[in-house]
Amino acid sequence: MSKYNLDYLDELEAEAIHILREVAGQFEKPALLFSGGKDSITLVRLAEKAFRPGKFPFPLVHIDTGHNFEETITYRDQMVERLGEKLIVGYVQESIDEGKVVEQKGKNASRNSLQTVTLLDTIAKHGFDACIGGARRDEEKARAKERIFSVRDEFGQWDPKRQRPELWNIYNGKIHKGENVRVFPISNWTELDVWNYIRRENMSLPSIYFAHQRDCITRNGQLMAASPFLNMDEADIVTNRMVRFRTVGDMSCTAAVESEADQIDDIIDEISASKISERGARLDDKVSEAAMEDRKKGGYF
Amino acid sequence: MNILKFFTAGSVDDGKSTLIGRLLYDTNSILADQLEALQQSNRKNDDGSIDLAILTDGLRAEREQGITIDVAYKYFQTEKRKFIIADTPGHIQYTRNMVTGASTANLAIILIDARNGVVEQTVRHSYLVSLLGVSHVVICINKMDMEGYSEEVYNNITATYKTLAANLNLNDVTFIPVSALRGDNIVNKSENMPWYEGTSLLDFLETVEVTSNQTSDYARMPVQWVIRPQTDELHDYRGYAGRILSGAFKVNDKVTVLPSGSSSVIDRIEVFEKTPEEAVAGMSVTLHLKDNIDISRGDVLVNSAHLPQNSQLIEADLCWMDNKPMDDSITYFLQHNSKLTKCKVKDILHKVNINTLEKEDAHEFKLNDIGRVVIKTADELAYDLYSENKANGSAILIDSRTNLTVGALMFRAIAD
Repeated sequence: MSKYNLDYLDELEAEAIHILREVAGQFEKPALLFSGGKDSITLVRLAEKAFRPGKFPFPLVHIDTGHNFEETITYRDQMVERLGEKLIVGYVQESIDEGKVVEQKGKNASRNSLQTVTLLDTIAKHGFDACIGGARRDEEKARAKERIFSVRDEFGQWDPKRQRPELWNIYNGKIHKGENVRVFPISNWTELDVWNYIRRENMSLPSIYFAHQRDCITRNGQLMAASPFLNMDEADIVTNRMVRFRTVGDMSCTAAVESEADQIDDIIDEISASKISERGARLDDKVSEAAMEDRKKGGYF
Repeated sequence: MNILKFFTAGSVDDGKSTLIGRLLYDTNSILADQLEALQQSNRKNDDGSIDLAILTDGLRAEREQGITIDVAYKYFQTEKRKFIIADTPGHIQYTRNMVTGASTANLAIILIDARNGVVEQTVRHSYLVSLLGVSHVVICINKMDMEGYSEEVYNNITATYKTLAANLNLNDVTFIPVSALRGDNIVNKSENMPWYEGTSLLDFLETVEVTSNQTSDYARMPVQWVIRPQTDELHDYRGYAGRILSGAFKVNDKVTVLPSGSSSVIDRIEVFEKTPEEAVAGMSVTLHLKDNIDISRGDVLVNSAHLPQNSQLIEADLCWMDNKPMDDSITYFLQHNSKLTKCKVKDILHKVNINTLEKEDAHEFKLNDIGRVVIKTADELAYDLYSENKANGSAILIDSRTNLTVGALMFRAIAD
């Protein structure tokens, strides 16, 4: 019987660092997918713990839909400056200009699904063989079944029926040319774990995570930030609300929640008591019960 | 607060997914929008109540077939503990998924249908739990409501199971009569079974001692990555990064590097910006040695007073996990923590019939076959016996043609 029993955050942290170091050891050209959201910010913190005082053995890659919250881009640039690490940006606008994707039309138009193409192009262009992402298994039912090392074919597709068994803490990163692996070091973390870790590590976040005044409209029962990226018309009534965001994605599909929580302690209290799971604040998963599974098969994170 | 990892096993209709759904539901771990999706779903129990199994049936194919086909991980938390559940399928063709779920679990919940008692699948699941060395076993005798909450039914099943447990050397077994569908003895103690003196399932899960997956106290750390910044101010910096598998390393401990056998002394332990005097099993650390010796990824640092086995010829229990049968004429990759080497299967000593537990002669290994083999590796492997040190006593086989993980190996003592 072992006498060593780590606290849960220490155990989750040690596991994630172990996974990041396996990526460094097993792959020729890995990358860390950075969205500007709290989960990828947590990954960056874990990468510092895994590799400092050395450099990261991978660049950060951001897929930019062009429909960003300004606060996220400011945060990203300051963070990259502080870290002294390399940032590669793939622009959805370029994929549109090149005619590789067509912008959606109508009221619920979003660039969220277009990022898959830009991501796959960026992976191909740089020859990345592993992409580290901040997805967690508690987010969604399909994700609950995904491996920590999750192989994608050359079309970026995930095949849930051909997943490799993942035993003990041994990660099989062997792939054929053209394939790549998505790696999820914080698979076993919950939303609350991430917030508790951010508090413990005293990490900074983009300001949109905290309560602020913002002009909003209501779409499909969800509160959306009024912006030029939403196809708004006279039926949309703009009201100023005290809100915060629980996830950071494309402005056209990330919903706000009404909240007074402007401190991390308040956010943790709010989440502990919350009756809305985090992905509930993303419109793109509401489309069908199998929405996430379809997107994963198509190469989304 | 610490983490308990457990997995559930049972036959297709034993109600595993319902049990997990019930645990999540009754601990308020289902959030409003998930509940809404549940209520909108057209799958209902016969009495019109919500089918809680939908919570863990994640993939579309499963929803269509109504069975769990892959390992699903679920999370919940109480004031006492964080829980990670691996929901593993029970039908025969998915033994490999159960082995996967069991490999990282501290505790196994095996469901027995009160109407059927101990059946072939119970034997199979219990054998796998014993093979994988899961520390604690909870036998949930489910559907007690359909047997009139009968103490006699419960007693008969526990008596039968105890014989099986003794045969399999399962020493830590707890029995709980439940109804996952009705919620009896899941979160709260049931009033329907006053004769049952034990705790509810959740009470037990919250209080059982979390024994770590390591049983050994001997220090082991595979090197994953060598940190060498090679900047002007850190010109001589050379840190060996890895996660400690077992035991503890202290500053000034004498350590041996395997397979080379060179030795040195720990100069400094780094955990990001801290430099503790000691680091223990489970921690991801960076070790610095006093001497400049050649160490690379895949080497193992161990306490010099307690060396592991260091050999190329190893006996192991093998669970085959691929549709393509094992081929002893080809070379496989063997991955032992961060060490990748080549290997061949030299001999099959026997296979185990996991329904009867009989050892049988065998000349081939097919999907879900389990048995004892002798393997020969291209490089020496610094390993421990699985029974003494799970983390350093296990490995996977990878098919070099497909890159798939095709086998799970548990290193055993060489039989005389």
